[in-house]
Amino acid sequence: MRRILTAKVLNTAGVLNRFTGMLSRRQTNIESISVGPTEVEHISRITIVIDVNTLNEVEIVVKQLNRMVDVLRVRDITDLPHLEREVVLIRIHAPAKLRSEIFTIIQPFRASVIDVAEKTITIQSTGTTQKIEALIRSVHPYGIKKLARTGVTGFTREKEGK
Amino acid sequence: MTKKLKLQEAVSGSKLLLDTVQHHGVDTIFGYPGGAVLPLYDAIYSHPINHILTRHEQGALHAAEGYAKRTGKPGVVIVTSGPGATNAITGIADAMGDSVPLIVITGQVGTPGIGKDAFQEADMLGITMPITKYNYQVRDTKDLPRVINEAFHIATTGRKGPVVIDLPKDIQAAVVTEINDPFINLPSYQPHTEPNMWQMNHMFKALSTAKKPLILVGGGVNYAKTSHELIALAEKHKIPVVASLLGLGAMPLNHPLFFGFAGMHGAYAANMALVETDFLLSIGCRFDDRLATNPADFAPNAKIAHIDIDPAEIGKIIHTDYPIVADAKKALTKMLELDFTFANTDKWRAELEDYRALHPLTYNRTEQTEIKPQRVVELVGKITDGEAIIVTDVGQHQMWAAQFYPFKEERQLITSGSLGTMGFGIPAAIGAKLADPAKQVVLFVGDGGFQMTSEELAILKVYGIDIKIIIMNNMSLGMVRQWQENFYENRHSESVFVENLQPDFVMLANAYHMDAVKLDNPLTIEQDLRDFLSHDGAILADIVISPTEHVLPMIPPGNSNSEMLGVE
Ligand SMILES: Cc1ncc(C[n+]2csc(CCOP(=O)(O)OP(=O)(O)O)c2C)c(N)n1
Repeated sequence: MRRILTAKVLNTAGVLNRFTGMLSRRQTNIESISVGPTEVEHISRITIVIDVNTLNEVEIVVKQLNRMVDVLRVRDITDLPHLEREVVLIRIHAPAKLRSEIFTIIQPFRASVIDVAEKTITIQSTGTTQKIEALIRSVHPYGIKKLARTGVTGFTREKEGK
Repeated sequence: MTKKLKLQEAVSGSKLLLDTVQHHGVDTIFGYPGGAVLPLYDAIYSHPINHILTRHEQGALHAAEGYAKRTGKPGVVIVTSGPGATNAITGIADAMGDSVPLIVITGQVGTPGIGKDAFQEADMLGITMPITKYNYQVRDTKDLPRVINEAFHIATTGRKGPVVIDLPKDIQAAVVTEINDPFINLPSYQPHTEPNMWQMNHMFKALSTAKKPLILVGGGVNYAKTSHELIALAEKHKIPVVASLLGLGAMPLNHPLFFGFAGMHGAYAANMALVETDFLLSIGCRFDDRLATNPADFAPNAKIAHIDIDPAEIGKIIHTDYPIVADAKKALTKMLELDFTFANTDKWRAELEDYRALHPLTYNRTEQTEIKPQRVVELVGKITDGEAIIVTDVGQHQMWAAQFYPFKEERQLITSGSLGTMGFGIPAAIGAKLADPAKQVVLFVGDGGFQMTSEELAILKVYGIDIKIIIMNNMSLGMVRQWQENFYENRHSESVFVENLQPDFVMLANAYHMDAVKLDNPLTIEQDLRDFLSHDGAILADIVISPTEHVLPMIPPGNSNSEMLGVE
């Protein structure tokens, strides 16, 4: 099952190595991982999507990550109301005569064209993994030349005020 | 900007390091020099701190472990870069497995050479990442005091463990007149040691109503030095106690509420207690597969409460009904304050006493033609009145020591539990003796493991270290031989030494300027052991034991605790 974990870690040398080292020792399969700075200096956020067989397994993974010296907090946010997004860049084979058709197809995904060349266009889109995968399926028939995905990043939603 | 502190005089990184280490109450360092730590050894030359020069880096590590296991204080080690550092790996992994606090300073090539395959460079941060609690590489001499303070803090708090400090040569040599803020700055490291009282109450209430309550203790109880509270709690509510290998000593063997060593080679009563209990309170024990040989069928009739300082241990192997993250001493102290009337355990204890009386740990006591290893341990127990610090290597002799020595106090058994490292024994005995010179230290070691770190015999005379070494010589890698006899149809693949071509251990000991005897007469063994143990100074006994003996009982791996071989 897919679980999305978020972690706040100290931005020390090797922290990502330690973090993923723990997962690989447990043979936990990482589907995606994204890291970046946060609003606080020296603290980074890691968003990681893993594939596990049981809830007990995630629970142990979370505990083992939490006890690491550089880790401030790890949470499994899968079942909490949360926001998650990833960015995809796709270079598509796009001869001039097909271009307007392609623009129509990608429009519902709110993808934008960020580069145009003689035989290809490059589009960008932001969204949930599901949306990104639907977009990829839609443009697949035209011929994908290059694909780059950032992996998911995210955090929990703010509770609604009463 | 980080706060700076001006120093009274200009000092080198090396002196800064030694002063900071000494400031933490460390009087002895174990180590071995080399190119990348020459500046550090130059500072040691004129520093008041003691340095013990072992004969191999692995020896330095195990000696530091022996020291730390006995005292609870961190063992400090210095090794050089590259091969010196890689020789230290086994000891670091051993300390990680058994939660032993160590500070291991590994020399590193100068900062300009790092990452460029310089002479004697090894990536120690990468290599030790999975086998340390934490590791550092120091890139600025001014950071050294903070890094060392943090290393001591991390190694000795929460679940203890080894910390590696990788120290480039130029950082040791650099002279500074000010340092960066030396106070520990670990916002994300906050080990939890106080039990949650709501959970404790809830758990204790359930324990009080149990008909067959049982306390299982592991290394955590020894490490927390909380034997006193454990015994008080067991006595207050008449709760039987059993122990894992590393939990031995927490309760005296002859205590009426103690039902012994549990697990693969444990006592019948201890294993049956685990099978039949209806409420198991485990303290500082991580359900290793040598104890919980079949996790799916472990303590099948019990609700399980697990007190551990490491939250990641709870629920890792065994489903837990009452999880409590806490230091063992704090948890036991709180439990002693709780007032609940407990259910009567007379019947339960009588049942366990019957098991103990019917199936004690035993062996063929009437054997006259060969020396039984169990008898050697029993006699040593009798002659030392259960007062010696017992150190073991790994193998059959280790299990016999655990089964037959009458341990009386916490931290009395020093053995490699988790990693099961052959070669641990000799250096660990050295470290234990240096830590506690007033105590008699007896080492049991196999003829196999002895040959893994026998080079350390060289330092006994040099530092006047009085340990009694007993080689349980069965001409074989006994534990391997036993498994081959049980599970591989007697095929002794590479487990039996060529007859008459074993080294002469007595001559070897003599070569290292120590006394030694060969003991092979079952009829005089008691008096021989008395003479041996009362010898003035270090001495070795090469004891020719039965070459066919098995450690029994034995739960075959994967079987349940009730399925013990060798119980009539
Ligand atoms: C470094 C290391 N290598 C291999 C082993 C596997 N091993 C476990 S027990 C054992 C036999 C030990 O033989 P010996 O030291 O003679 O002790 P005995 O079992 O005969 O008492 C071996 C090889 C180990 N535990 N450690």
